Amino acid sequence: MIGLVSYLAFFATMASILAIATLGLNLQWGNTGLFNGGVVAFFGAGAYGTMLLGGHPETGQFGGFQLPFVIAFPGGVLFAGLIAWIVGVLTLRLRHDYLAIATFGVAVAFEAVTRNAEWLTGGAKGMRGFPRPLEAAIGDNFLYGLFFLGLVLTILVAVYVGLERLAHSPYGRVLRAIREDEVAARSLGKSPARLRLEAFIAGSMIMGIAGGLYTAFYAFVSPQDLAPILTFQVWAMLIVGGAGNNRGAVLGAFLIWAAWTLSGFALSRFAPAALQLHAGSIQYILIGLVIVGMLLWRPQGLLPERIRPTLTGKGAARTSAPGEFQGGQNP
Amino acid sequence: METESAIQTESIAREFGGFRAVDGVSISVRKGSITGLIGPNGAGKTTLFNMIAGALSPTAGRFRLNGEDVTGLSPEALYAKGLARTFQIPRPFKRMSVLENVMVAPREQAGENLFAALFGRRRIAGEEERLRERALGILDFMTLRPLADQPAGKISGGQAKLLELARALMGEPSVILLDEPAAGVNPSLTNILVERIEELNRRGITFFIIEHDMDFVMRHCEPVIALAEGRVIFEGTAEQARANPLLLDAYLGTVAA
Repeated sequence: MIGLVSYLAFFATMASILAIATLGLNLQWGNTGLFNGGVVAFFGAGAYGTMLLGGHPETGQFGGFQLPFVIAFPGGVLFAGLIAWIVGVLTLRLRHDYLAIATFGVAVAFEAVTRNAEWLTGGAKGMRGFPRPLEAAIGDNFLYGLFFLGLVLTILVAVYVGLERLAHSPYGRVLRAIREDEVAARSLGKSPARLRLEAFIAGSMIMGIAGGLYTAFYAFVSPQDLAPILTFQVWAMLIVGGAGNNRGAVLGAFLIWAAWTLSGFALSRFAPAALQLHAGSIQYILIGLVIVGMLLWRPQGLLPERIRPTLTGKGAARTSAPGEFQGGQNP
Repeated sequence: METESAIQTESIAREFGGFRAVDGVSISVRKGSITGLIGPNGAGKTTLFNMIAGALSPTAGRFRLNGEDVTGLSPEALYAKGLARTFQIPRPFKRMSVLENVMVAPREQAGENLFAALFGRRRIAGEEERLRERALGILDFMTLRPLADQPAGKISGGQAKLLELARALMGEPSVILLDEPAAGVNPSLTNILVERIEELNRRGITFFIIEHDMDFVMRHCEPVIALAEGRVIFEGTAEQARANPLLLDAYLGTVAA
């Protein structure tokens, strides 16, 4: 029984962490139309940043400052924001597929750095050992798993509430206007360059939150964790759930993570031995099929974006006296 | 004299790789007028518009808005100075409601700041309420009120033209550029559009209108400017335009025959 609960807690923790990353992508793609093909770079920046600040020192390696989690974690998130700022300034003038290619390249480069800069990241063997928040105080492994799930869920809810506020605010509205038509937005006095950069940084920092939580959860991070598949998983989560809908992003994350976990389990249990060698590749193919299938048959996702009667919508039906509009202000 | 002009261009030109789309155009749009811009396809009308609206930078020449030199300013900066435009092919924000399309238009909304949107919701709520009232008033004026909650991608092309004008009005512009407002719009919507343009003009807004529909231009625009091959070939009243042999030759020949 405890085994099952413990496993479910583990599953929910991972799904929630990925849901946070998916929410970050939804701010970028769903709301602003920024095609970030390098989700894993910002996830990784959060993870490595948190680990560098909060992890144990290793001989011959920079970092491992053993800072408390409440400092290391925000530090990692800021690091993700810093990377996003640099990448954003360099690439955000690109549109759609070009931006996707550029950010994908950034993610590959980021992974290459973590793999090769041994003095900083420990190279391929990764970084191990992290004083997880309140671990000593709680002690018991099972209870700690539940505690960590609670922590992750709290952060997931906070991120969700914040993003919902944004989406329903004039800020979300102007982001959508830029997503829909940048030329028209500029003709109405908007500054797409600034807003795109802000949304890109904010979304990437949310991915950094996911990465920081991930590394704290495992007390370990390595270049293995930064494989491109993570970017595609997060995209699959957003597309299945529904781009432009925060609830959809969370739903998609849980569904895809469940499908991923179950397919891995099924392959290891039922597939012939010859195929089991390729279980990982088969799962990659499945993710690709899910993305393509969804785009073909239900591109708007399970929970499509809703066109809303903007903010404080309760009074939406209120009428104003006809002809009250006084246009023109010319002297 | 300068203050009499809402828009003034001085030898403005634009080349596209050796081709002079606009070749030294000096025109003046009088404040309070509804000035028409005509000319055959490829005459450079939309290029001239795009330069005036800041979407294209001129390769030579200067441009003044209400007497102020604004050459090379961005579209967003020009909008802040009271210049609004619509597009030849309407560009509504399709996956947003008609009301949102209009509410998004005013600049410098306090709620368009990330931190204010997260933490200053009370203040924004008041601003939003005022914006909503004003937007609904403008939608009423443009006869789009019943469509307020519709996605803008679902309305007709003619309604989208009305929506673009509604959107422009939210910024309280002093000058509005309209690129072919009557093209592809059914007559009843055109009538609404014309009535609204004339009403807004009475309230003091200057209009500068590209239009192919000669009937529209002759009836509603005064004065009329004609371009051909990137140059001004005529400036005068609609009456004079009708009688001008050069114009008839370059443009009206087949139409007025």
